[in-house]
Amino acid sequence: MTTSPTVHRATAVAAHATDLTKVYGQGETQVVALDRVTVGFGRGEFTAIMGPSGSGKSTLMHCVAGLDSFSAGSVRIGDTELGALKDKQLTQLRRDKIGFIFQAFNLLPTLTALENITLPMDIAGRKPDKQWVQQVIDMIGLSGRLGHRPNQLSGGQQQRVAVARALASKPEIIFGDEPTGNLDSRSGAEVLGFLRNSVRELGQTVVMVTHDPVAASYADRVIFLADGRIVDEMLRPTADGVLDRMKAFDAKGRTS
Amino acid sequence: MLRTALRNVLAHKARLLMTVLAVMLGVAFVSGTLVFTDTLSQAFRSQSAKSYDDIAVAVSAAPNQNDPNATPGLSEETRRKIEALDGVTEATGRVHGFAGVPDKDGKLIGAGWSNKGTNFAPGKDGKDSAYAFVSGAGPVEDDQIALDKETADKGGYKVGDKVRVATNGPVETYTLAGVFTTEDGAVNAGGSLVLFDTDVAQKLFLRPGHFMDVNVSAEPGADADRILAAVKPVVGDQADARTGQELADQQAKDIEAGLGALNQMLLGFAAIALFVGVFLISNTFTMLVAQRTKELALMRAVGASRKQITRSVLAEAGLVGLVASLVGFGLGIGLAAALRGAMNAFGLKVPAGDLVIGTTPLVSALAVGVLVTMLAAFLPGRRAAKIPPVAAMSSVHAVATTKSLVVRNTIGAIVTALGVGAIAFGASKGGEDGRMMIAGGAFLALIGVIVLIPLLSRPVIALARPVLKAFGVAGTLAGQNAVRNPRRTGATASALAIGLTLVTGLSVLGATVGSAVDRMTTDQIKADYMITMASGEGLNQAALDAVKKTPGATAVSPQQAGWVQVKGDFKSVSGVTPGDVEKVLNLHVVDGSLGTLAEGRVAVDDKTAEKRGWKVGTTLPVEFSDKKKGALTVGAVYEASEFVSPLVLDVKVLNAHDPKPYIPQIFVKMDGGPSAAAEKAVMKALGDNPAMTVMDKKDMRDAFGGVINMMLNIMYGLLAMALIIAVLGVVNTLAMSVFERQQEIGMLRAIGLDRRRVKRMVRLEAVVISLFGAVVGIALGSFLGWAIGETLRNSLPDYALVLPWGRIGIFLLLAGLVGVLAAMWPARSAAKLNMLAAIKAE
Repeated sequence: MTTSPTVHRATAVAAHATDLTKVYGQGETQVVALDRVTVGFGRGEFTAIMGPSGSGKSTLMHCVAGLDSFSAGSVRIGDTELGALKDKQLTQLRRDKIGFIFQAFNLLPTLTALENITLPMDIAGRKPDKQWVQQVIDMIGLSGRLGHRPNQLSGGQQQRVAVARALASKPEIIFGDEPTGNLDSRSGAEVLGFLRNSVRELGQTVVMVTHDPVAASYADRVIFLADGRIVDEMLRPTADGVLDRMKAFDAKGRTS
Repeated sequence: MLRTALRNVLAHKARLLMTVLAVMLGVAFVSGTLVFTDTLSQAFRSQSAKSYDDIAVAVSAAPNQNDPNATPGLSEETRRKIEALDGVTEATGRVHGFAGVPDKDGKLIGAGWSNKGTNFAPGKDGKDSAYAFVSGAGPVEDDQIALDKETADKGGYKVGDKVRVATNGPVETYTLAGVFTTEDGAVNAGGSLVLFDTDVAQKLFLRPGHFMDVNVSAEPGADADRILAAVKPVVGDQADARTGQELADQQAKDIEAGLGALNQMLLGFAAIALFVGVFLISNTFTMLVAQRTKELALMRAVGASRKQITRSVLAEAGLVGLVASLVGFGLGIGLAAALRGAMNAFGLKVPAGDLVIGTTPLVSALAVGVLVTMLAAFLPGRRAAKIPPVAAMSSVHAVATTKSLVVRNTIGAIVTALGVGAIAFGASKGGEDGRMMIAGGAFLALIGVIVLIPLLSRPVIALARPVLKAFGVAGTLAGQNAVRNPRRTGATASALAIGLTLVTGLSVLGATVGSAVDRMTTDQIKADYMITMASGEGLNQAALDAVKKTPGATAVSPQQAGWVQVKGDFKSVSGVTPGDVEKVLNLHVVDGSLGTLAEGRVAVDDKTAEKRGWKVGTTLPVEFSDKKKGALTVGAVYEASEFVSPLVLDVKVLNAHDPKPYIPQIFVKMDGGPSAAAEKAVMKALGDNPAMTVMDKKDMRDAFGGVINMMLNIMYGLLAMALIIAVLGVVNTLAMSVFERQQEIGMLRAIGLDRRRVKRMVRLEAVVISLFGAVVGIALGSFLGWAIGETLRNSLPDYALVLPWGRIGIFLLLAGLVGVLAAMWPARSAAKLNMLAAIKAE
């Protein structure tokens, strides 16, 4: 898989952060979560963000995804500069341009699987592209369970519904926050497989935060964060390679 | 465990606030009512003690045993004899009766029943101790009067002004000699008091030289009982003599009895408030327990017994109840003060006095508050004890199952069926027994439906889905959220359901009876005007003669009340004017003709005729009220009417035997129908007498439907109460829901639901729950109204069920408003939710 040509298919940038800084608190209690981070996420690319706890990897994702505000720098999704947007416009941007996959699945228990998948379009008041939704469902392999409610589905199935929900509205970019964190390894592998397929076959852009080297190995590129800075980058990662790199940071962190 | 309970209370202050508010409201009503009635009865008691302060012995004329037709009275001679008795300083003679004065527009000041006239009885010093003059002096000439200050102010009368005074006779004009203040009961009740010179008052109210009462004041230190013993032989059996003390006690007792009814009504409000509050409290504790599942399981895991868990929840409830009761008691005292103020504002003057705060109100407030809270928390406490210790280890929330509703639904269905059965049976049975059955059945049905309310929530709310769809995603989600926890939704909706059941029931009844009365007045009365005395007494012959001379009057008939004995049975008789009666009243003649009344024949209603086997042509031996015997032949049979007695005679026949005709009503038909000019003409013919009321059809309807309208107004107060508690309940439930669904709301915000629509979602959920409660309440209330109405079918001709759609619409609107109002705060907090914290994994 390391010989995949897709990495080079990334010709344009789906999202870009320049000198992104996020500071919590003031004065002595001030904590710098992101320290002038500059990073781009190429279109049609599967990027994993890794780093130890407190490295700022979730904060980076939240800021780029328009979920959180930032202190300085700039973030762009496509042609849109996020810093200038008000809450209402940010909400609209998330609705129309961004897909999300959460660790805790976050499906609405009152809605069926299909209703959950089409929820973003319902919110936007758009008619779902039936052909496309069917294609996504077929790929995810949930055809027989569309009428079920989340509590009738296993964890893996629930996360597959969540992936389908993210894909169904054809977003510019999909952000995943530890999407396999609550799954057993087999279900996790399935979900990651779908995410990779969506990038390979459908040309989707995916950014995923994870601390699992195996999960990261599904990506085209891994960015390593520590203390709010990008410290390393790895193209065409393997699980072992990622693990080794992580171990190196850990050792460095302990000695410094 | 008490420490844990205390900690928990402090930890959930905000959450428990709603519970505290609900308990507080109920307790405030209980204690407010008790303090208010205590205060009132104390004030009245001291007032009546004060008014009998100077009176050692009160003598009041009693009817003569041998001659019941003779007017009782105490002569001036008797009064002098009493005054001459040993130890007596003064014996004041009094006569009293109806007397009223008009305001500037010619309308009577005061309510009719509280317009009093009496005599000015100066003592040796020229003063009458019962009246303190603020200007002028008491009336001593025949053409003088004095007025109480408030009436004088209302009418704009000043000393020296000419004042028209209406009594049961013709209106006379007097000169105002003085204005006074007094502790007289009629004035305190918002009425008026006219003082006449004694001779005038005697002529007006009794007969010259006679009194109705003689009040005896004694020398200081004289023994009232000894004076009483001396008075008794003087008055003999023409009067009833008692000591002032005895009368004061009697009056105090009467006041207590009178206040009892008020007391019960207010306590009824409190009971409803608390009953509704129980659901709210129970709801809160259920949620608190659910939120603390892990914590409680941990306690079980480290060795707490089930009993201890239950006890800790109950202790928490007790603590909350105690705090709420104490605050509620404070609020209740304020409420009592406010109620007294309100009564004064309505013109019902309450004698001054301090608030009386006894121990009984305090103890009952605390007991009620604590017990109700603990009772409501009992089931949640039991449920808490059932949490298995292993729940502490699992990360998953215990999901409420619908399985446990099976038992509840079964019980609910049985109770509802019993209640509905009882109501239906009572409705078919009718009468007083039927009403009792209905009351019992209504209570059962109410309980049953409240037990069933979670089951009802799904199908009823499903009906609203198409409407909700119009609101987009927010609407769809709101509809689904509303039925997510049927138990909670049910408990929340209960408050509104109970309130609206009562109010709708009464509204349906009011509308039904009102329209029956409407039909009755339009159907049975052809007259344009009905004339009555404001005092509720009878009109006199002069008034009748005057009305007959009204220009434009085409038909005038009195409804003169009299009686005859037929074969030893007393029968009430209406005296009417033959020829005119058909034009003013719509008597449906079944047989014979009303024209025969002119020939001295009698008309009887069909019910009496059937019961007695009387027919047209039957001759009845009768004895008139003056004991003269005679015979009456039945000339007509008519359908029983609300407006005339079972027997109808020519008024001339009655007058021949009755020296003092009693005329409750006079009916007038005017040429050209009712008009402002016609009404004015009738009034003018009556000498513009403010004591006489000229009612048009609308006034007549109001007069007959008035009681029901008053009841309704009281009930609308109840609705307000239920609405307040409902708001609290809905706020409570929504706050919990928003709290529980933080993660969901966070996700929705993340994937693009804007704040406005998050708010709308919460608001719609609140509206749906409120309307659900309202729909259940309105349905149950309409059923109840129908059932009670059925029992009235026999006593109300033209009965037909009427649903007041307008009012029902208003109730629904109010319920929706409750939802919107209650959702304000929870919706805001949902919209402001920190998205990142919410979507973070557990």
